Amino acid sequence: MSDRYQSFALSTIGNVLTKQVGLPQPPKLARYEVGQPVVSGPVLVGGAPGGRLTDPVVSLLKGLDADVRTDVPRDGASGDGPSDKHVALVFDASGISSSAKLRELYDFFSPVARSIAPSGRVIVLGTPPEDCTDPSQRIAQRALEGFTRAVGKEFGKGSTANLVYVREGAEWAVESTLRFFLSARSAYVSAQVVRVGVPGSAPGQPVARSAKAAPAASVVEPADWDQPLAGKVALVTGAARGIGAAIASTLARDGATVVALDVPASGEALSKVANRIAGLSLQLDITAAHAPRTLAEYLSSRFGGVDIVVHNAGVTRDKTIARMDESKWDMVLDINLSSQERINDVLLADKVLKDGGRIIAVSSVSGIAGNRGQTNYATSKAGVIGLVDAFAPLLAKRTGTINAVAPGFIETDMTAAMPVFVREGGRRLNSMLQGGLPVDVAETIAWLASPASGGVNGNVVRVCGQALIGA
Amino acid sequence: MSTPSPRGAAILGGNRIPFARSNKQYSEASNQAMLTAALDGLVSRFGLQGEQIGEVVAGAVLKHSRDFNLTREAVLGSTLASSSPAYDVQQACATSLEATVLVANKIMLGQIESGVAGGVDTTSDAPVSLNDDLRRLLLKANSAKGWVDRLKLLGQIRPDQIVPETPQNSEPRTGLSMGEHAAITAKQWGITREAQDELAATSHQRLAAAYDRGFFSDLVTPFLGLQRDSNLRGDSTAEKLSTLSPVFGKGPDATMTAGNSTPLTDGASTVLLASDAWAAEHSLPVLAYLTHAQAAGVDYIHGGEGLLMAPTYAVPQMLAKAGLTLQDFDFYEVHEAFASQVLATLKAWEDPAFCKEKLGLDGPLGSVDRQKLNVNGSSLATGHPFAATGARIVATAAKLLNEKGSGRALISVCAAGGNGLTAILEK
Repeated sequence: MSDRYQSFALSTIGNVLTKQVGLPQPPKLARYEVGQPVVSGPVLVGGAPGGRLTDPVVSLLKGLDADVRTDVPRDGASGDGPSDKHVALVFDASGISSSAKLRELYDFFSPVARSIAPSGRVIVLGTPPEDCTDPSQRIAQRALEGFTRAVGKEFGKGSTANLVYVREGAEWAVESTLRFFLSARSAYVSAQVVRVGVPGSAPGQPVARSAKAAPAASVVEPADWDQPLAGKVALVTGAARGIGAAIASTLARDGATVVALDVPASGEALSKVANRIAGLSLQLDITAAHAPRTLAEYLSSRFGGVDIVVHNAGVTRDKTIARMDESKWDMVLDINLSSQERINDVLLADKVLKDGGRIIAVSSVSGIAGNRGQTNYATSKAGVIGLVDAFAPLLAKRTGTINAVAPGFIETDMTAAMPVFVREGGRRLNSMLQGGLPVDVAETIAWLASPASGGVNGNVVRVCGQALIGA
Repeated sequence: MSTPSPRGAAILGGNRIPFARSNKQYSEASNQAMLTAALDGLVSRFGLQGEQIGEVVAGAVLKHSRDFNLTREAVLGSTLASSSPAYDVQQACATSLEATVLVANKIMLGQIESGVAGGVDTTSDAPVSLNDDLRRLLLKANSAKGWVDRLKLLGQIRPDQIVPETPQNSEPRTGLSMGEHAAITAKQWGITREAQDELAATSHQRLAAAYDRGFFSDLVTPFLGLQRDSNLRGDSTAEKLSTLSPVFGKGPDATMTAGNSTPLTDGASTVLLASDAWAAEHSLPVLAYLTHAQAAGVDYIHGGEGLLMAPTYAVPQMLAKAGLTLQDFDFYEVHEAFASQVLATLKAWEDPAFCKEKLGLDGPLGSVDRQKLNVNGSSLATGHPFAATGARIVATAAKLLNEKGSGRALISVCAAGGNGLTAILEK
């Protein structure tokens, strides 16, 4: 699982050598450690005139005790020493109402582009284009995507660039999302477009009157931001190893009681995961006919329901479609997609998923871009995105949310078993020049699971370090 | 002074590691490692990390002298709170059923609110001890005064004293192995080879089917890569078993083979018990209650009774106290040390003369409905790590009753030394 090339390139000799030859120089990404502040260093905030997000963002950052700066320094950098580099550049683009005004992006970013610290953060804030009634505004807001993604590819040094579209009226619901994208928790999440809506609504859907009336039910600011999931019960499928084990650990770290589920054959590893995080192990084959009912009864009798469901269990059975036997197709579709649907149906119908509940499904970049030899897998993982689309309005009605994460190349036993050239390609062909870690996927899920993330519904967030494939 | 009415002893679930044939998957695993693994699996299943359990009671039959505090050491190595007290028990093959009864009794008396009963055995990592003559010499040399005396004593060591003592699977008072004893009983009762092979094949088929339908998903946690009992042969049939040569008994009418006898096995199992209040506090559903237990012993040395026939005596005594008949049960869990021993037990209960003369009853206890006997297989298929078998059976029977929703299960375990222990579970 170790990335030996990265270790070499980070060594003194390796650094010189790779630079001379022009080989990739994968930076060491900063990752979250318990107790770490959201940001430690100067944060530069700017905005186009008429923006509605600058003030809430500045006051939010000040609440984090961040070193907030609003004046662009004349020489670009905020100081002389490297410690004075900006750890984050935040730009409120919601005031940009026409393509001509996109120039505001250039004016803000060009002078400070070189001031970004390693593992720095760029966040652009805007208004969802689909919400804009004025065509010029819609065009301009849509244009923000291209800008943000290009910045993600340009800035390097492990920095990320993400675009957060905030619906009008949802300004107050943005804190958990900003905390995530500013912090080291989002180390491998770049070039993503996330929509924060008015809680209780789904993207592109009109805001329900009831959601406007009682928004507080679905966005709950945690008493302790280091334990945002305290008192919550989370189910994680496929939790015995790899990404699933990291998800279980991360949700437990954030305060949740975790039910770690996997097939009986993986019970030994599963039990160890559960004991390490003071959670529960549940050996169950989710494709079994009785599984949804068994699961619902277990969660009801033990906990009176469940707050967070993470559908992570998945398998690959790769073959080109001409050579694939039907059992490989059926198995992948059933485990990765159909079983999730059957479980959701029971959990929702019987209200086992509590009001304000969270469903997070694990999709894949393969489900977005497709992958040779993975017709079955890509179909199932694209289906997972369809599941999010289909269920988002229903969850919204219950003040809950459903979202998906789509991992790119993540260092696991599965990727370690890849042929070396395929693996190296997967590792380097992204803006971070390296594979992500299971914890990067887990951190993203923890953000979506937070009671403070009630405004984040119906999103698909890639955890791919801005992979060059899959857009 | 009024006697406080006893509370129920609830069985909440169990966990065991798959059982492995001797010197196979667990050849390197110690009793302590296996019992700790079984405990840790129980902890993760019920979320008991850091929980102080009222008492943990377990034991092993084959035990190294260093494992004098085996259960306590396993608790200290587990994820349970180290403040959970523990002690060891040993009653041969009935060890963990006896541990279950002990825990249940303390719960019923209000002395503890929760308890774990269990057992473990390894025939792979068996204790091998010094030859007795050599041991005595060394002890003498240790207490001798001065080097000269010491050297004199050590000079008495002879080559034949180097041969260590290994544990024997035989009765100290008869020198016969358990299998040889069972063969005598089989002959006495006219138990046929065909009936034994049929029972053994059924045990394998039922255990395999139970695994396939996920029955053991919340009873077994894999260990050292083993996922199911390694003795299990799901495709076993009476025809296939009929080809094996007899290993116990003598002569052409010997009937007992390696296929219809349990093999030497390694493994560990545990059961979680509690008061209703503790169960409710932890939101844990009750599978069943342990309501009665009865031990019995038989004189197999001079009394002419079979070594493994003690349960046939224990059951009628228990039924009388419970006010039940042998037919009042939905499940019968009769430990299969040997197919012939199960069949002899059933035949004895049907026999008017035996029931009258030996058991002192007016008439026979009657038949056991075979469809209710060991419905998910038993020791012939799982294997039989001596001390672990009782807890395996208790957890299985409790889950069966919970699945059915109500009813009774009869548990019967025969043990070395002419011991037998039986119990009733109810829901």
